[in-house]
Amino acid sequence: MAPPAVVVDNITRRFGRRTALAGVSFTLQPHECLAIFGPNGAGKTTLLRIVAGLLVPNSGSVSPSGLAARSAVGLISHQTMLYPELTALENVEFAARLYGVAEPRAAALASLASLGVQDRADTFVRQLSRGLQQRVSIARSFVHRPSIVLLDEPFTGLDAQGARVLTEALVHLRDAGAALILVTHNIDEGLALATWVAVLNEGRFASYDARSGIDPVTYAARYRALLCPP
Amino acid sequence: MRPPGLLDAAWLIARKDLRIEFRSRSAFFSAAIFAVLASTIFFFAWDPTAVAAADLAPGVLWVIFTFAGMLGLHRSFGAEVADRAIDGLLVAPIDRKAVFLGKALANLVFVLAVQALAIPAVGIMYNVPLTHIAGPLAGIAVLAAIGLVAVGTLFSAMTVNTRFAELLLPMLSLPFFVPVVIAAAQSTEKLLSGRPVSEVAGWLEVLASFDLVFVYACTLAFPATLEH
Repeated sequence: MAPPAVVVDNITRRFGRRTALAGVSFTLQPHECLAIFGPNGAGKTTLLRIVAGLLVPNSGSVSPSGLAARSAVGLISHQTMLYPELTALENVEFAARLYGVAEPRAAALASLASLGVQDRADTFVRQLSRGLQQRVSIARSFVHRPSIVLLDEPFTGLDAQGARVLTEALVHLRDAGAALILVTHNIDEGLALATWVAVLNEGRFASYDARSGIDPVTYAARYRALLCPP
Repeated sequence: MRPPGLLDAAWLIARKDLRIEFRSRSAFFSAAIFAVLASTIFFFAWDPTAVAAADLAPGVLWVIFTFAGMLGLHRSFGAEVADRAIDGLLVAPIDRKAVFLGKALANLVFVLAVQALAIPAVGIMYNVPLTHIAGPLAGIAVLAAIGLVAVGTLFSAMTVNTRFAELLLPMLSLPFFVPVVIAAAQSTEKLLSGRPVSEVAGWLEVLASFDLVFVYACTLAFPATLEH
């Protein structure tokens, strides 16, 4: 069996007196996708930022960590992480160079093409619509072919075509061996990609199930019941 | 994949920042206009019968540099947090010290560009001949700029996510700028009053020591400011 792609072991993170995460653990294998649902403030983004190496947990550990994690991780957020004064190509090429990708310009063009925005390569990001900016942002995150993809509400701002292109790209990455952690409020989009489904509430997993055991028709009701028990 | 080393990554970041500033020119124009306006106000408030130009000009020059530089320093990280581009930098497999060095290098170019505009402007406005001291004055300007930029870049990163970033940056930075401003103004005054370069060597050593200590300390401290 291949070694796990991600191991999160009992991590806790506090901001002042508020506990954002309290003893969260999970393991994710290559080819797997963990969809995390939860209300605002549940700790979903904090969890992603810790796995990405952007935040240090107060206790617990994440593997991989440090530079190894950052080489492997591709982070997609609802914020684009782009520079408006650079073109789409310059943004993606800059990322490619930071990751040490061979032939950074060619890799950037290929990544833009995979998201269907190659014809906007020389357009300044500030001149692109929100949806196209999000596609360029995703191209930026995929340019180094990450083996761990962290997605924080990635469908925000995308139109139907953009959402379909992103889903195809994520399925392609997952099939190629990447592990995906997807944070979303949209249950249908989460279930479409997931192999594991978790509900995070008040910094803890309220449930953690295999996707194969979940009925998509009844899951929304179960999710609501988990958050607001009778 | 072979991620860039410390200096290569710093150069990538500096080049990116300079490209953005070259295109927008927003920080440079703000600083340049501030420098010209401030020197004009000082000029009209100046009584030439009470204070000689050679005594006033160094103070004016370094007050202008300090505050004009602050405009660029604030925007340095402001551009990164607007759409969380900073996360894209921090999640990349590069030494986080490279982010500081790259930002500091871009800020240094920015401050030197403002100086290149403001020094002749002050020289003309106060009728102070500068050509015979251009070399030593450029040396002082570069040494002072390195110190200001090292401290300012660190505090810019620390304050950018705060609600009062524009207030906090000068409040935190200015006390650290005092040794640089004193050394730069004193040495500039000596040069303008016709003293030999050997007389300002002590002040130059102060500036160089400040630069060494603060570039090193700020580079080491920078990753911690991001993690916490």
